[in-house]
Amino acid sequence: MATLALRDLRKSYGPADVIKGVSLDIADREFTVFVGPSGCGKSTLLRMIAGLEEISAGDLLIDGQRVNDVGPADRGLAMVFQSYALYPHMTVAQNMGFALRLARVPKAERDRKVADAARILQLGPYLERRPKDLSGGQRQRVAIGRAIVRNPRVFLFDEPLSNLDAALRGQMRIELARLHEELAATMIYVTHDQVEAMTMADKIVVLQAGRVEQVGSPLDLYHHPANLFVAGFIGSPRMNLLPARVVGADGAGVAVELPAGGRVAVPVGAGAARPGDAVTLGIRPEALRPDPGGALSGEVRLVERLGGLTLLHVALGGGEAAPVQIEGSDATRAHQPVRLAFDPAACHLFDGAGLSLARLARHPLAA
Amino acid sequence: MRQTLAQRALIFVLGWGTALLLFFPILWMVLTSFKGEVAAIATPPQLLFTPTLESYVEVQARADYLHFALNSLIISVGGTVLALAFAIPAAYSMAFHPTERTRGTLLWMLSTKMLPPVGVLVPIYLLFRTLGLLDTRSGLMAIYALMNLPIVVWMLFTFFKEVPREILEAGRMDGARTGGEFWFLLLPLSLPGIASTGLLSLILCWNEAFWSLNLTSSEAAPLTTFIASFSSPQGLFFAKLSAASTVAVAPILVFGWLSQRQLVRGLTFGAVK
Amino acid sequence: MSTAVATPGLTAAAPPERRRSKFPLVAPAVGVLLLWMIVPLAMTLWFSFQRYNLLDPAVSGFAGLDNYEFLVTDPDFWASLVNTFVLVGSVLVITVGFGTLLAVLYDQPFPGQGVARLLAIAPFFVMPTVSALVWKNLMMHPIYGVLGSLARGLGLTPVDWFADYPMLSVIIIVSWQWLPFALLILLTAVQSLDHEQKEAARMDGAGALAQFVFITLPHMRRAISVVIMIETLFLLTVFAEIYVTTAGGPGNATTNLAFLIYARALLQFDVGGGSAGGVIAILLANIVAFFLVRSIARNLEA
Repeated sequence: MATLALRDLRKSYGPADVIKGVSLDIADREFTVFVGPSGCGKSTLLRMIAGLEEISAGDLLIDGQRVNDVGPADRGLAMVFQSYALYPHMTVAQNMGFALRLARVPKAERDRKVADAARILQLGPYLERRPKDLSGGQRQRVAIGRAIVRNPRVFLFDEPLSNLDAALRGQMRIELARLHEELAATMIYVTHDQVEAMTMADKIVVLQAGRVEQVGSPLDLYHHPANLFVAGFIGSPRMNLLPARVVGADGAGVAVELPAGGRVAVPVGAGAARPGDAVTLGIRPEALRPDPGGALSGEVRLVERLGGLTLLHVALGGGEAAPVQIEGSDATRAHQPVRLAFDPAACHLFDGAGLSLARLARHPLAA
Repeated sequence: MRQTLAQRALIFVLGWGTALLLFFPILWMVLTSFKGEVAAIATPPQLLFTPTLESYVEVQARADYLHFALNSLIISVGGTVLALAFAIPAAYSMAFHPTERTRGTLLWMLSTKMLPPVGVLVPIYLLFRTLGLLDTRSGLMAIYALMNLPIVVWMLFTFFKEVPREILEAGRMDGARTGGEFWFLLLPLSLPGIASTGLLSLILCWNEAFWSLNLTSSEAAPLTTFIASFSSPQGLFFAKLSAASTVAVAPILVFGWLSQRQLVRGLTFGAVK
Repeated sequence: MSTAVATPGLTAAAPPERRRSKFPLVAPAVGVLLLWMIVPLAMTLWFSFQRYNLLDPAVSGFAGLDNYEFLVTDPDFWASLVNTFVLVGSVLVITVGFGTLLAVLYDQPFPGQGVARLLAIAPFFVMPTVSALVWKNLMMHPIYGVLGSLARGLGLTPVDWFADYPMLSVIIIVSWQWLPFALLILLTAVQSLDHEQKEAARMDGAGALAQFVFITLPHMRRAISVVIMIETLFLLTVFAEIYVTTAGGPGNATTNLAFLIYARALLQFDVGGGSAGGVIAILLANIVAFFLVRSIARNLEA
């Protein structure tokens, strides 16, 4: 049972700063996901917590104790690697029991703990096999088992599902969520896949270029993105971002005008927005719908039919095609003109610096 | 590739033809070693003869062949073990804890290998004379270890590099310190690499003929020196020369065949894999 | 990987980790190599400027450039340089030329290919003294050798190889030893050629010869240059083969630089003169080594 605190953590390789001051609190039993694009520093941050990378500046506290100078072996953490990093010359049982063997745990106790972990992960039949004789999903489970056996204070996962195929990934996601519940452990999970982040996290930390962009619950990030980066990163397909101009602001919201014509009154706090300011209007693809009386007009470029969903790519006045997501199978065909309607309350507004204007109504599920 | 029957036949003939041509001197040496001294110099050469082991027996009886073979063995194994003992920690450190100096160090080690032995023959000879190391096994052993150290470090480095970093990191997360990491993970994982590195070193030591000819004469002389004594013009002992040579070459030939792949890597410092 | 920096390669990404405790592991190896290099090198340089003859301890002291002067005015020295270059050049041409052809040949599948390849590379594992003596006696001996018998069988006069063509004989022996080396390495290089490349070339209409010239040869270029450089380093100091066959003769016909130094220092006991030769040998080798190290260093980045 453990809490973690990061206090202005920094990492630099020579003159290059990779982590530029990250502060964060992770509560006991919390499932925290670090998410961000390639090169944002999320893996480096995880490895700094693990003790595999030295901390250039700042403090790392586990249960209130500063552990900057404690080696990885003594931090009491377990890590599941992207490549699984199973020991190829050991059997599954030996892999899982290695840490206990190093800690000189008596063999009987070791065997019992390995058996327990194997039961949780349904690895019983494979205990005497070597990693090369296992499937990808089984290897993944052994890697997790190796972590469980140690009963660590915190579990660290470094993109553990990225080497699995899509079906297995979905299944492992569920298993990990179940495991988190069963073990009631603190977990930190790194991924670039926002679906993994959204489905598993209690708390998502969005990173970009070594900085934290936003910390919050999945729905918090979805409904109240702090800035353009988070708005674009969370949600799939990406949020449509349209340039707009402020024409009025009052207590009920901010009215903007789109270049193609049409006015929208978005219920957000005006903040520093003044009439004439250039802003960005954000509308999620799922908030748009074809409607003959809609405010936006364009031409359908391409239709992707997924069965349960239909994606229209609509060119709005010359810009790049905006995705529109419709429930069910839609009859709209390509190269057809279309008008799109949306609910102003579902819109987001970002100021010239890319920061969002706070929405007046918080989403009830967004903590 | 699609080939006509004639092309395939040509490739077969050429392939086996050159192979047999290149191998012929060795084959002939082996055959001659089983002839008597008279049959060995018969003209025209005899292809059919009654095989005899008398040359082998005589080489041992007259020249104490085993003494030299034992020297070869001790010096080669000793030199190899010594080189490995110095090289393993160095290669480990450079492969897994590289610093900005690592690259330079590796290339510098390589460059010491470029020093031609003749260039330093004189001082080494004089040093050995002063230190009483001339014609001693330990002297030659040290030279061989130093001679092969760059290749051994370099080869181990390339093998260690192939061990996934994450596996060692997983070991560290599991509580392994440097010793445990090395003993439980790196050693078992790179054992094939260490073995073939040792094998290459063994081959190079066994066949080395510059230092052995110049620094040993009898007491510590390995087989290379012993065989060279057959070059003296008094009397032609073709069969005995062949017998001695065959035994000297056979083990290393087998080793060489077994490790030809890894050899390429070692001999080219990893430039060709 | 989400972070490029998390998997340091050897060069740029290698983080200057503060692992003071790990560095000493390199120290023993570096230390002994440093001694092994610097001490003899310094001594060679020192001796090359000294009057120093083991037979005549009375003569000593600083010689300035006398040893070098004596060396460069000695016709034997120039002959040995010429011999060295002839030997190195001929063996290189033979081994790299045939090695390339054989590598392509052994890349083709044919029955018994594996065994044939083993036989072909065998000479490389034969110790130099053995190969020299086997060739000298069993093969090239004018009376009892196989080549002599062969010549007689064809009605020709047997050649007395070491008397009539001493340098050629040495070249043949050394080439026989090093051809398998070239073959082994070049074959490895050929086999690493992506077959799809050749297939693509065939789709583009390239015949066998065009494939060899435009695809295979360029692919082997690096390996060939490595073979040339490594062979050069070893061939510059060929010793045992000469020592047991011709002992540098007849006259100075097969005396190369290595043998000359040996003869000066250990047969004539002229330490100063031998050392001056050694310095020159080191300079020669360094020219080659420079290019070799550079090409290997480039490979380190990959």
